[in-house]
Amino acid sequence: MKDKIYRVNISTMDGHIEDVPEKLVGLGGRGLTSAVVSDEVEPLCHPLGKNNKLIFAPGLLSGTIAANSGRLSAGAKSPLTGSIKESNSGGTAARIFARTGIKALIIEGFPENRDEFYGIRIKAGTIEIEKTDLWGKGNFEVIDILSKDNPKAGVLTIGPAGEMRMAAANISVKDPGGKIRSLGRGGLGAVMGSKHIKYILIDPLGEESVSLVDPDKFKEAAKKFAKALVEHPVSGEGLPTYGTNVLTNVLHEAGGLPTRNFSSGQFEGHDNVSGEKMHELIEARGGKVRHGCHQGCVIQCSQIFNDKDGNRVTSGFEYETIWAIGANCGIDDLDALAEADRLMDDIGIDSIETGVAIAVSMEGGLAEFGDSKALIKIIGEDIKNGTPLGRIIGAGAEVTGKVYGVRRVPVVKSQALPAYDPRAVKGIGITYATSPMGADHTAGYSVTSNILNVGGATDPLKKEGQVELSRSLQIATASLDTAGLCIFVAFAVLDNSAAMDAIVDMLNARFGSSITADDVMDLGASVLKMEREFNKKAGFTEKDDRLPEFFREEKLPPHGVTWDFTDQEIDDFWNF
Amino acid sequence: MEIEVKLFAGFRKGRFVKEVFKIDEGVSVSDILARLEINEEDTGIIFVNGRHAKPEYILCDLDVLSVFPVVGGG
Repeated sequence: MKDKIYRVNISTMDGHIEDVPEKLVGLGGRGLTSAVVSDEVEPLCHPLGKNNKLIFAPGLLSGTIAANSGRLSAGAKSPLTGSIKESNSGGTAARIFARTGIKALIIEGFPENRDEFYGIRIKAGTIEIEKTDLWGKGNFEVIDILSKDNPKAGVLTIGPAGEMRMAAANISVKDPGGKIRSLGRGGLGAVMGSKHIKYILIDPLGEESVSLVDPDKFKEAAKKFAKALVEHPVSGEGLPTYGTNVLTNVLHEAGGLPTRNFSSGQFEGHDNVSGEKMHELIEARGGKVRHGCHQGCVIQCSQIFNDKDGNRVTSGFEYETIWAIGANCGIDDLDALAEADRLMDDIGIDSIETGVAIAVSMEGGLAEFGDSKALIKIIGEDIKNGTPLGRIIGAGAEVTGKVYGVRRVPVVKSQALPAYDPRAVKGIGITYATSPMGADHTAGYSVTSNILNVGGATDPLKKEGQVELSRSLQIATASLDTAGLCIFVAFAVLDNSAAMDAIVDMLNARFGSSITADDVMDLGASVLKMEREFNKKAGFTEKDDRLPEFFREEKLPPHGVTWDFTDQEIDDFWNF
Repeated sequence: MEIEVKLFAGFRKGRFVKEVFKIDEGVSVSDILARLEINEEDTGIIFVNGRHAKPEYILCDLDVLSVFPVVGGG
């Protein structure tokens, strides 16, 4: 099947299917969404207005038998940061997109009638726009209703947060169990809400195998790739057994676990919310330790977490979430955190931004640190119902800090910092500062070599080597995000050259190209530069590549470290 | 001398979470790992007082030794 671009104009209620322009042929995932945003979105437009566009794209390897290739990218100008944004997620949609020849879905325009709401149904060769009465419903119910007559359909949906155009709203992606993964960061749910689109249903009818120029070579490379993932101790054993939350204890011991709104690097309640404790509870309560977010995942880092009566509470209960609403809010009650996670999935709001915003509000006096009842009320009542407080928190950490008169507001480019204090994990601080996405750990995960001793070892408390490390990781990540591969393949890629060779071989066998590993890295570098160029046109300068002042002025216990990079050292990142 | 030893993830199985060890002068991280029957190559992260340490590091009074298998996340 020939790949096409599917375009929906919600102003005119038209759907068009277009040939893929030559310059987009070699792109997928993040490379493709960022190219379309760069080409078609006016950098100074309002993110919630008619000139912004929302783009979805599966990666170059999505839909194939390549392990961990089921990531879907979404891109737009972000209502949270005002910068270019790409967010990616597992779930079932990427595979269906790729196997029905949808290289990208572009949604543009603005509905004239502000009283009507829409759903989009796409399948190979057709686009339908329909009015919907599902507006107002939570994500779980929307997925259940849409899947009733079509259990295999892929679903993208927004919850109440997206409908209210909260800057922290995300887009939910149906997972293989009919539950939720999230296109989490940067408020893309608000962009979808501004266009009055509640859901996108991707019908697998007419699916075909993704065409491969050299199927035998592809199969051989895919086998090598899966083997490298399974044989690496992190992706083969660490992640499947303890999930991402094994990091709670790691970061606590390293003194880099941001606690009570980034005021300490250690949390005394760490053991109660750790991966080890979670593993114990999941086994005791009949949950599931291993769970994949998409077909073809061999890592299975996800899990299903039950309550004490054995009833499912949540899945995909990740370190970042557990940290944001846990240690960062001073809360060590894992059951309360699981309930909050379920609520955030249903409401459709980014758990990192929300957790950091709530911690900022706690510092501002809204509630005491450690108050899990306040956490549940703010999410389950205020955000869900859109009370004035819910709208403030839902607008993210920066707005919350202003409203509550708080000085310690951990954001870069208006996006909340994730779960590693940049004073004690300096490599990730460079990524927070320089990523075109705003503070984003996945953009260049320097925690690998700073803390985990994967892909080398760089002292996390020293500046030496951090800029180079973040640069090479951000370039590599932009390539992996373009290929549609899960970021966790990076552990194997960093330690075993066979994994990278296999990726290159798969790309060549898929497209009949003869690119090298260097070409793949050049592609990542060009994506990063393109994103930065958009940001420049949107008004960003190197002064936006800075961490907040308090990181330079306040010593972080227990190591007593500050953020001590000069502006020149940070700006050197872009010399490539 | 006394040191505190903390184990994590799979290393806790059949061992412990946290224990105080009485040791003589000159004992290294390697010696402790051998005493715990943990293979050095199975360790991913070794911290002493929250800083990365090598197996040959000689432990001092009141050191806190934290040992993890190879783990990751993000």
